[in-house]
Amino acid sequence: MAGTQTAGRSDGAAPAIELKGISKAFGPVQANKDISIRVMPGTIHGIIGENGAGKSTLMSILYGFYRADAGEIFINGTPTPIPDSQAAISAGIGMVFQHFKLVQNFTVLENVILGAEDGALLKPSLSKARGTLKRLAEEYELHVDPDTLIEDLSVGHQQRVEILKALYRAADILILDEPTGVLTPAEADHLFRILENLRREGKTILLITHKLREIMHITDTVSVMRRGEMTATVKTAETSPENLAELMVGRKVLLRVDKKPAAPGPNILEVENLRVVDDDGVERLKGVSLNVRAGEILGIAGVSGNGQSQLLEVLGGITRATGSIRVNGQEIDLSGRHSDGQSRRARGIAHVPEDRQHEGLIMDFMAWENMIFGYHNDPAWQKNALLMDNPAIRADTEAKMARFDVRPPNPALAAKNFSGGNQQKIVLAREIERNPDLLLVGQPTRGVDIGAIEFIHQRIIELRDAGKAILLVSVELEEILSMSDRIAVMFDGRIMGERLPGETDEKELGLLMAGMNGKAA
Amino acid sequence: MERMPQWADVVLVPLISLLMAFILSALVIVAIGEDPVAAVKMMVNGAVGSTYGWGYTLYYATNFMFTGLAVAVAFHASMFNIGGEGQATLGGLGVAVVCLALPWPHWALALPVAVLGAALFGAAWAAIPAYLQARRGSHIVITTIMFNFIGASLLNYLLVNVMRPVGSMDPATAKFGPGTHLPTLHDILAVVGIPFSRAAPANISFLIAVVACFLVWLLIWRTRLGYAIRAYGKSEPAAVYAGISPTRIIMISMLISGGLAGMMAVNNVMGEAERLIMNSVEGAGFIGIAVALMGRSHPFGVFLAAILFGFLYQGGAELALWTSIPRELIVVIQALVILFTGALDNMVRMPLEKLFLALRKDDA
Repeated sequence: MAGTQTAGRSDGAAPAIELKGISKAFGPVQANKDISIRVMPGTIHGIIGENGAGKSTLMSILYGFYRADAGEIFINGTPTPIPDSQAAISAGIGMVFQHFKLVQNFTVLENVILGAEDGALLKPSLSKARGTLKRLAEEYELHVDPDTLIEDLSVGHQQRVEILKALYRAADILILDEPTGVLTPAEADHLFRILENLRREGKTILLITHKLREIMHITDTVSVMRRGEMTATVKTAETSPENLAELMVGRKVLLRVDKKPAAPGPNILEVENLRVVDDDGVERLKGVSLNVRAGEILGIAGVSGNGQSQLLEVLGGITRATGSIRVNGQEIDLSGRHSDGQSRRARGIAHVPEDRQHEGLIMDFMAWENMIFGYHNDPAWQKNALLMDNPAIRADTEAKMARFDVRPPNPALAAKNFSGGNQQKIVLAREIERNPDLLLVGQPTRGVDIGAIEFIHQRIIELRDAGKAILLVSVELEEILSMSDRIAVMFDGRIMGERLPGETDEKELGLLMAGMNGKAA
Repeated sequence: MERMPQWADVVLVPLISLLMAFILSALVIVAIGEDPVAAVKMMVNGAVGSTYGWGYTLYYATNFMFTGLAVAVAFHASMFNIGGEGQATLGGLGVAVVCLALPWPHWALALPVAVLGAALFGAAWAAIPAYLQARRGSHIVITTIMFNFIGASLLNYLLVNVMRPVGSMDPATAKFGPGTHLPTLHDILAVVGIPFSRAAPANISFLIAVVACFLVWLLIWRTRLGYAIRAYGKSEPAAVYAGISPTRIIMISMLISGGLAGMMAVNNVMGEAERLIMNSVEGAGFIGIAVALMGRSHPFGVFLAAILFGFLYQGGAELALWTSIPRELIVVIQALVILFTGALDNMVRMPLEKLFLALRKDDA
């Protein structure tokens, strides 16, 4: 399997990109180990691997952000050192970052010429760019109004601007880093059409992703990275998702979630007419009503930014709201001074927040300090009226780390030194082991490697099977479909509709996520 | 990924910074035609060569411990309290009010009340900027620095118009009664038979400062409140997620910080001057920032850094007294130490980190 078989239409031609023996270390961590890869021109080449496998480092070397410790880069057959991103751009390489690098209050046109102005005066550059954009838009289905401000564009359109920026700089090679993370299924499909058009015009595309479905759908060739090494390069047509997952993780992985049918009990959570207005005066929740029963997972699907985060924050006591929330039939005080995370925990609500690095964990705190975060006032952790019982907390953390297979199992290690998956296991261990009546989970597997995803899903299902209510928010439609017992779709601060996972599909949910009610249409 | 051993971070980095500051200071002394070796000898001798020198070094160090702890506690809540100067000034007012209010029969009775008064006044002076930060979002750096000036002016007014004894031309309070005279280190050490200079101002406040260091350590690393303060200081969104109220943490940590700064007055006002004069703090509030930075906001580090700055103060004073090195140059040397240990911390840390990583790689 290992080797450098390549696919491409123009056999015999020099590869568009060839990396030979690239190595890069950050201190003791070997991020890239002797990596060689050939990407043929006019192909879409996928690079897949778990978080921390070294994909981003490799791309950063190719784009001149890092310098490799060893190895050579060839572009179209000629050795090309890339010391900085300017050199990458002049070698015809364009990069579309996961987090867009656009000036929010500039127009599309201004963003496109930023850094590529022809002279001191903007006018000639702008009119030249206007012509080029028009041509590019028609060639590749990259339609964006050049005079709109970036902040007024949807995420999908902002991404198009990033692609246009690269093309305007005459890129022949396009690197896309996790491009579909923020897109609706429809937007993702449109992106793939754009990429196919680009390939037809002879552009070479490197697609970095952790989504197996995308790799299977669009790439010609796929390279798999694991722990800094390139473990295999195969033709997409000759492989399967199961095979790729195994290559990524190094062992057989269960891709489907294995669960019994739910046996829902009485309502644990009842939410009625929840409204949230944020600091800018924008209404984020526009009257949300839902319920979650004991022994049931309610999945909230939706494109990120449609109110799911606010819903979780209100339920978790972070954001103020109006409306009514009942837990176990008892009304929760939403307006009082004591409506905070502490009051929610006291009512049996546990919360795995969407952003574990900024909310769920204190990255500089050691694992044992994080293991009581939010529960630090619990009498169990106090030695006496004044002091905390640190040895007891440490011992308890050690036990929880063992039960949740957190690696390394070292309670004195700072949270930032764990991998994403292990960080998430620490948060889950803390929240699930409280044995809550209601578990709020936001993006449980974002930035988590495939091996840990399986484990995390199983633990959430176990909690459900123990008769607890679970509210799951995820932007990964696959996760929602496989985990949920019921699915509610959110769009623009409202619930667009509820579906049962067995009776719906990605297409219908995608329409709801885009604000189109499937029934009405 | 571990960076470098903790001992290197805590010990080596400040030591190298200090060494660099001294080398640069030596060059400055050479440049004005003096002998740096003789100057160092003079400083060491003057600061720690006699019990008289130690008495002054520890007296200054006591001031810096209180103000250093004040800055350190606020740092843990990610508040930059640079109002130690004003809070210590007001602490002096608290001490003066306590000492002048009653004809105290014995210092052992006056001391706890004076400590309380100093802490309350200092805390009150920190409370207003803290409230403005917590509720109005006014930046604590701006408000605390403004409150230094307001505090100085307020004291000026009170000393001239209210607290000045009738007939005195001096903008200062009357001398405190004999029942408020604190035992000096001479008195304390005489009990166990150790001879110590009678003239030096170091007093029992030094022991209070040491206890304060320990209590702050206990607070930050062993209590629920300290846990919440550190959590808020590291990440506000995380604190809100956990149900820790930012307003509460800002208020409490600033009250503790202001209280500690105010307690410095027990040393300089009650222990040394025995009356309240203008500008009694003499910049100790600002030195506290350097002490906290150098001590990496750890009470033990603050303790050591305060002694170092006490040494620099006393040694510098001796230098100005006995050599032709001008007083201004002493300030330059002190400033260099602050610059290297506080502001240029990363200049030393980053190459050192690289060195350690390179060494580790060779081992692996």
